[in-house]
Amino acid sequence: MADLPKLSVWKFSSCDGCQLSLLHCEDELLPLLGRIQIAYFLEATRAEVAGPYDVTLVEGSVTTPEEVERIKEVREQSKLLVTIGACATAGGIQALKNFADVKEYTNIVYAHPEYIETLETSTPISDHVEVDLELQGCPINKKQLVDTLLAVLSGRRPNVPTDSVCAECKRRETPCVQVLGTPCLGPVTQAGCGAICPSFARGCYGCFGPKETPNTVSLAKRWSEMGVSEDALLRAYRTYNGYQPAFREESARHGS
Amino acid sequence: MAHDATRTIKTAYLARVEGEGGMLVRVKDNAVEEVKLNIFEPPRFFEAFLRGRYFTEAPDITARICGICPIAYQSAATQAMESIVDVEVGGQLRALRRLLYCGEWVESHSLHVYMLHAPDFLGYPSAIEIAKDHPEIVEQALRIKKIGNEIMQVVGGREVHPINVKVGGFYKTPPKAELEALVPDLEWALRASLDTVRWAATLDFPDFEQDYEFVSMVEDGQYPIDRGERIVSSKGLNIPISEFYDHVAEEHVAHANALQGHLKERGAYLVGPLARYALWYDLLSDNSRGVAEEIGLPKVVRNPFKSIIVRSIELVESFTEALRIIAEYEQPAEPALECPPRAGTGHGVSEAPRGMIYHRYSTDDAGLITDAKIVPPTAQNQPQIEDDLKEFVGKFLDLPHEELTLRCEQAIRNYDPCISCATHFLTLEIERT
Repeated sequence: MADLPKLSVWKFSSCDGCQLSLLHCEDELLPLLGRIQIAYFLEATRAEVAGPYDVTLVEGSVTTPEEVERIKEVREQSKLLVTIGACATAGGIQALKNFADVKEYTNIVYAHPEYIETLETSTPISDHVEVDLELQGCPINKKQLVDTLLAVLSGRRPNVPTDSVCAECKRRETPCVQVLGTPCLGPVTQAGCGAICPSFARGCYGCFGPKETPNTVSLAKRWSEMGVSEDALLRAYRTYNGYQPAFREESARHGS
Repeated sequence: MAHDATRTIKTAYLARVEGEGGMLVRVKDNAVEEVKLNIFEPPRFFEAFLRGRYFTEAPDITARICGICPIAYQSAATQAMESIVDVEVGGQLRALRRLLYCGEWVESHSLHVYMLHAPDFLGYPSAIEIAKDHPEIVEQALRIKKIGNEIMQVVGGREVHPINVKVGGFYKTPPKAELEALVPDLEWALRASLDTVRWAATLDFPDFEQDYEFVSMVEDGQYPIDRGERIVSSKGLNIPISEFYDHVAEEHVAHANALQGHLKERGAYLVGPLARYALWYDLLSDNSRGVAEEIGLPKVVRNPFKSIIVRSIELVESFTEALRIIAEYEQPAEPALECPPRAGTGHGVSEAPRGMIYHRYSTDDAGLITDAKIVPPTAQNQPQIEDDLKEFVGKFLDLPHEELTLRCEQAIRNYDPCISCATHFLTLEIERT
């Protein structure tokens, strides 16, 4: 047991959904526990084993002064640091505050804004420390998570796709929803979810964030031709991964 | 055991809860002086950035408040928006929503019963250690949980932040055969959940009862799950959901850094499995009532530690309901009703696994959200959790320190608190040491 590689799981500003994905691996969880030791995972256990950790999963974005300091400590204790999900890799949906006045936000939600301690921005982990691997998605795909852990354990490269959701639709033979008249972010969104939305006759809404070199300008032009308003285009790019540079820049082309 | 004049029971970071919280109980001269459920989960400002978003975005956006109960948010948000645009989702679409919600109850309740709460009763730090000594318990738990997730996948597209729920219905409804394929697993899970109830009843419970005001929604003659018309309590509250804020006051207190929900007339109240069970016992299925009678569980349970039994009964109820809905299912002709934008204000309530959640939205003529209010269950339960801690510590002061600390943590976990949920309006704990 003591010889098994140590895994730690940390939460920053987030919804818990990505770390929960680990507990959703119902078939893989117990076999995995034979090969890795859960050394720190507060959502699952009271027990804590001191670092350093061989593999660290980080969920959530940095939104408070305390988190700025804590992520540095986590990095120091971690040989390999993997960020999981849109919050950790792109600032998450709470990065919408980066486009607004945080004081005004605080006044809207809280009766006593003076009790609130929050940064002006929600930022990805990689803005603060070096990150070894990023798993995109809101939420991440649990199969990708298991594959990543197995890859780390066996010393191979994880299979993280770099193509678009379109490729996944082709592979599962889902008819193109955009051809059928539904605006879809699939062409600019990184694969990994399995193209779930188009398989439910819904346009992709980009929860996995931009793929490598996405042609957002061309897609936005096509959406405009389909009758999508400038406001709707802005919102489409500025939601779950709105602070990711490629999506951030495209949203700015459609308003402020 | 001798006591110092002042004694502090403290857990800096609570384990096995959703989100980040801590606990502090201060005892002076054998009297509980101060109790705090500290919430230092950072604020994420959902209610603020919902302003200006299109009304149909609310279900997907608010789902991101919580990765463990996204359907609770999607249901309450769709109900509120559908009431604004004056669309009534009924028949099989409504049944399908309830089926999806059963999946969330299974996924959340099985996680809590076996992996978050059971370790307290069995004396382990986590289910991982339980698995070493009793693999059969954890294997059964994971199999039950997986079947909840299968419902979420088939009806919702995925288990965390499902994609298929839409204002007006769904993007796509499943053919009957896809649901029928779940039936053998559901039948096994129903039997397994009955065994879960029997097992939970054998656990040791502290002798501790509270005179709760139980609060839950009313769902037209059914055990409340998906959407409510009214809100009632065991002490006489009976209001349409639109009057929620006339009766519930939210207080932003410095020490707990929280907007806590109180009933204006009587103070702390309890939402969640104990409340639903006490108020709606007669609406439970024969399976659920049968097993409750078999283990001798009364119709009202006031011992919060026994919530693990009631949560297990709600697992039985979820599987029974899922099987009933699938048996009666016919795929609707259209997956959703048309919902053109309209100006107005709408309310929605649903029963998240850990208790009633309330949403209120206002929209303008273009369908843009101008105001949003969300009151999750843990914010409502927080004063009651603190009251439980106060009473519990007062009664069990003679326990050794380590055991009392563990029991206090367990008293918090009794509520399956979701701090991530509560925290879209909770602030950072500054007093951490």
